[in-house]
Amino acid sequence: MEIKPLVLHYEVSGDNFTGAGEASVAMKRELRQMGFDANVIRRAAIAMYEGEINMVIHAEGGVADVNVLPDRIEIVLTDEGPGIADVEQAMQAGFSTAPDNIRALGFGAGMGLPNMKRYSDEMKIETEIGRGTTVRMTVLADSPKNSF
Amino acid sequence: MTIRKIAELLDAEVLCGEEGVDREVKSACGSDMMSDVLAFVKDQAVLLTGLLNPQVIRTAVMMDMQCVVFVRAKVPGEDVLALARSCHLTVLASKERMYTACGKLYEQGLKGGELIGD
Repeated sequence: MEIKPLVLHYEVSGDNFTGAGEASVAMKRELRQMGFDANVIRRAAIAMYEGEINMVIHAEGGVADVNVLPDRIEIVLTDEGPGIADVEQAMQAGFSTAPDNIRALGFGAGMGLPNMKRYSDEMKIETEIGRGTTVRMTVLADSPKNSF
Repeated sequence: MTIRKIAELLDAEVLCGEEGVDREVKSACGSDMMSDVLAFVKDQAVLLTGLLNPQVIRTAVMMDMQCVVFVRAKVPGEDVLALARSCHLTVLASKERMYTACGKLYEQGLKGGELIGD
């Protein structure tokens, strides 16, 4: 199936944790309709879902912009939250600054950023304390990670 | 194993997605930590959990799972079930505790499957 380029934009509300992930579910539906391979869709959806959860937990929400091209899915998550003090530390599996109430909801185990890196083919984080964070991820249609 | 068989083994009630109970599933996982499910689960069709919130359903959807089993007699709210319905997931509720529920299914041949990245 020929995949036509598509631009998607989602507002991720920081009001409550219940809605976190709505954008990822919506994006997943779009990608499925476009005919991407199931592994590609799953990787893109999980990477964005973890990012959405992060924006809700740490930054009172943000926006998700998705650029869908025939050979790749580019996801840009932008928030105006507190920023990440030490990105290297935040990337370590198990490191978390999430409060206990988030852990009781099944997240905040310090797996969010590592999972985003694991499922995407490229990930870049731009962050400034007090200003916010932008995470750019690319999921390639043709990738060795599709055999995950 | 079919989802119907899982419901029988766990004496579970089908809360939604009745139309999916004859689907065949090959592996399952049990966790209350959704990040771990997202990190380590590969090709698993069933999630057993004691956690009751919409993120359980979204996690299952992200992983292309087919069935969620709520253990320890927990029954999710209508919002959670509505979300599950919209995603064509079958949802079961069992009185069994997590360890027992997983053990019963494992004993009957429903294994844990592979880890991602292995």
